[in-house]
Amino acid sequence: MTLWIGLIAASVAVYSWKIFGFMVPHTVLDNPVVSRIATLLTVALLSALTGVQMLTGGGKIEFDARIPAIALAAVLLRLKAPFIVMVAAAAALAALIRLLS
Amino acid sequence: MSKRNPLVSMSIGVGLATGLYGISFGALGTAAGLSVWQTQVLSLLMFSGGSQFAFIGVIAAGGPAAVGAAIVSAWLLGVRNGFYAVRMNPILEATGLKRLAAAQLTIDESTAVSTAQDTSPQQRKGFWLTGMAVFVFWNLMTLMGALLGNALGDPKAWGLDAAAAAAFLGLLWPRLKERQALAVAALAFLVAVISTPALPAGIPVIIAGAVAVVVGGFNLFSRRERS
Repeated sequence: MTLWIGLIAASVAVYSWKIFGFMVPHTVLDNPVVSRIATLLTVALLSALTGVQMLTGGGKIEFDARIPAIALAAVLLRLKAPFIVMVAAAAALAALIRLLS
Repeated sequence: MSKRNPLVSMSIGVGLATGLYGISFGALGTAAGLSVWQTQVLSLLMFSGGSQFAFIGVIAAGGPAAVGAAIVSAWLLGVRNGFYAVRMNPILEATGLKRLAAAQLTIDESTAVSTAQDTSPQQRKGFWLTGMAVFVFWNLMTLMGALLGNALGDPKAWGLDAAAAAAFLGLLWPRLKERQALAVAALAFLVAVISTPALPAGIPVIIAGAVAVVVGGFNLFSRRERS
């Protein structure tokens, strides 16, 4: 139940940015500090989520098969592989390493 | 056909390509502990890839107890859609219910296709076609992925935890062109990982967001030093 309420609340929260943007004047974009922080906020959150998902588990720092998997993902991103291919390859490498160890 | 209407083909192409990674979202949603329906509702109602991945990422780390942090993370990651909406508003000139629908479809892809067109009618058409194509494919593929993820069993044995990390890296990658963005990414990564053992799940990600406010507010690490 908590999760359902959370899902709806988060969806409304995400929608609020979108509808807010349709109601404020265009000049909001002219403020360089505001637009810079907004751009960097996306970068910071995605990078933090990458780090937490890659190097932590159960509230602790962990080093495991996810590290080589993400190294492979980075190489594939550099080679401009499609998103789904890159994600699948990372999963496959982690699964393979766990199967063999 | 593509000669007669390149915009239609382009919108469907973008919708298909985006929809494909809806499969990974669906699979990761159920791996994070959400039901198939909960995962699907995120794609229907939230409809913003970064925010959806953030929500399930925090739930995967902290369970239902971390739902507050999951809401805040998803909300903060949605901020760029607000900026897209500001840009789309004068182009679309939508009012009433149409405006409510336009807001829901205001995402990376619809804005990118629309603003790449030359004339106002083409810009409007590009927005609506791409937004609807992505919505349809993203939701269909989410359902497929969620059913698949449910059938797989232990997410770790299939490397789905690595897939979740790779998905975040893939969303981050195209945003790392400038030195300032790279510095923020590196600092945020370190702050989040190092603070994880000391804080409840989800909070490290929000704290890392403060890096962006500080670096952006003072314009640190920017390329040009001369005035």
